[in-house]
Amino acid sequence: MSAGLLTTAAQGTAPSRTRRVSLLPTSVLLLGVVYALLPILWVLIASTKTNTQLDSYGAFQPGGSFVTNFKNLTSYDGGVFWTWMLNTALYAGGGGILSAVVSALTGYGFAKYRFRGKGFLFTMILVGMLVPAVVLAVPQYLLVAKLGLANTYWAVLIPSIISPYGIYLARIYAGASVPDEVIEAARMDGSGEWRTFLRIAVPMMTPGLVTIFLFQFVAIWNNFLLPWLMLSSENKYPLTVGLFTLLDAGTSQPSLYSLVLVGSLLSILPLIALFFLLQRFWRVDLGAGSVK
Amino acid sequence: MTSATSVHEHSRPAAPASRARRVRPGGPRRWSPSPRRTPYALIAPAVLLFVGVFLVPLGYTVYLSLQKTQVSGLGLGLGSRKQVAAGFSNYTTVFHDGELWDSILRALLYGCILIPIMLGLAVIFALILDAQRVRFQRLGRMAIFLPYAVPTLIGSMIWGMMYLPAFSPINWALHAVFGIQGINFFGQRIVFLSVANIGVWGGTGFNMMVLYTSLRSLPQEAYEAARIDGANERQIALRIKLPMIRPAVIMTAIFSTIATLQVFNEPYAMHQISYGGVSTTWTPLMTIYKDTYTANNIYLGSAESIVIALLMFALSVTVLRLTNRQIFGGEAR
Repeated sequence: MSAGLLTTAAQGTAPSRTRRVSLLPTSVLLLGVVYALLPILWVLIASTKTNTQLDSYGAFQPGGSFVTNFKNLTSYDGGVFWTWMLNTALYAGGGGILSAVVSALTGYGFAKYRFRGKGFLFTMILVGMLVPAVVLAVPQYLLVAKLGLANTYWAVLIPSIISPYGIYLARIYAGASVPDEVIEAARMDGSGEWRTFLRIAVPMMTPGLVTIFLFQFVAIWNNFLLPWLMLSSENKYPLTVGLFTLLDAGTSQPSLYSLVLVGSLLSILPLIALFFLLQRFWRVDLGAGSVK
Repeated sequence: MTSATSVHEHSRPAAPASRARRVRPGGPRRWSPSPRRTPYALIAPAVLLFVGVFLVPLGYTVYLSLQKTQVSGLGLGLGSRKQVAAGFSNYTTVFHDGELWDSILRALLYGCILIPIMLGLAVIFALILDAQRVRFQRLGRMAIFLPYAVPTLIGSMIWGMMYLPAFSPINWALHAVFGIQGINFFGQRIVFLSVANIGVWGGTGFNMMVLYTSLRSLPQEAYEAARIDGANERQIALRIKLPMIRPAVIMTAIFSTIATLQVFNEPYAMHQISYGGVSTTWTPLMTIYKDTYTANNIYLGSAESIVIALLMFALSVTVLRLTNRQIFGGEAR
């Protein structure tokens, strides 16, 4: 990795200023692309193979059994895979929206107001939430069970709403994108604080809030430990937990490996699609951030 | 009447001190709360969630860590197992538990491998994406960010299967190109690199995007001036851009450090695949998980959790103290 840094640094000494394309940074970037895409390419190819072909074929030699594997996965345990997919969308979508709302309120509150206990509360929220998930998982589970919410959607959804990272980012976005003068002017014109927040600050913060939603959506989509502890019935599992149980079964029953591979591929496709569809939003978002 | 007027008269001299009151002195009451209460109303949902999801469970963990199970008689029947106060005996067990401390050391070593490589790559890629005269920037941004869309657990399962001797495309390529025998990715030392590689693969893109975002928010005039003065892209990247995104680099470093100590998904998935190459107590959280769930000792698990939480708390406070002022220096206090 230090070699990468050195080559980038050395690039300046090459007579690159006369060339239109700088070769070294471009090739470093392309190496990164290959590294990032390799496992995805491998899964794509591996999911077309039968279990025997997985062993016998070359790593990047495709088989012709994708449809068979897909059908096997879809029929596995009465189609439970698609239930996992829907559950994941529900957890990630609902949690992401709620999280963006809470982060916007909190971040704006912290960035634009002075009040007693501000520094203390902000540090508390950040540091308190840096407590590892597993530390809280047992008592969270026991408390949730006392409330009668164990093995319900709420058990996974509620802890997903609060995100330290979202609050942190929202505070930065509110500080950078909503000028004090604008809030001041709104107050002068007699706008109430909530009205100012909803009509003026939120639109200015929207690109940032989309980012917070996306981050939290992905975080919940990726979450494993919380649902793994909270849920006991298979038809409430998200994809990560479901596929893990499939892999677990696969270690004693290797014929399930091809199902795991197809399942892994299908489980990452929606997010990849989301990233490409929202590419424009990412760009708008990043461009909008540069207003300064 | 007179008393009402006098209230206004009294409140007026104080008004210039507060901006909000100057705006609508004595006007009709609005539906919105006064700015003095507004910030509390704004942060109330987060605080309530924080208390319910974090503080109460945390308090409960402390309580559990001071309890133990007492077995009376032969340990049979319903009433024979009771929860009783244990004092600090669970903590004594924790401090003499070599496995837990080994797992902490392992997590630290893992972090020492992962974080410099991941953040180094993230900085390099972010600077390349922001540089001029580089091709394929759009492709690079999307592709390197893509692993972030893959759940850590799924990514670890995929890499884990790619490490399996029978499937491994890496060993296949090494054999095909160089004729080398396969690497054992689950070997005692190599396994650190194998697990760290999953972390680098999954984490570089995210950190790259954070850094790239902050690069894009810098005022472009600074580099225009430098370009006119004859600075090349490398000099602009290293001397101007890098120092200016320091707060963002610090931020990513803090979050990565904390995430590293909490690492669970990658080694947990690897444990399932590696035939024991990754033990059940490989990282602190795996140790806690094992003691709590597999060994079914929630009291010992709680004590371990508290010790780990305190370690992380100390670490986080130190780092936040050092950086908070730098990052939020310009706001209203």
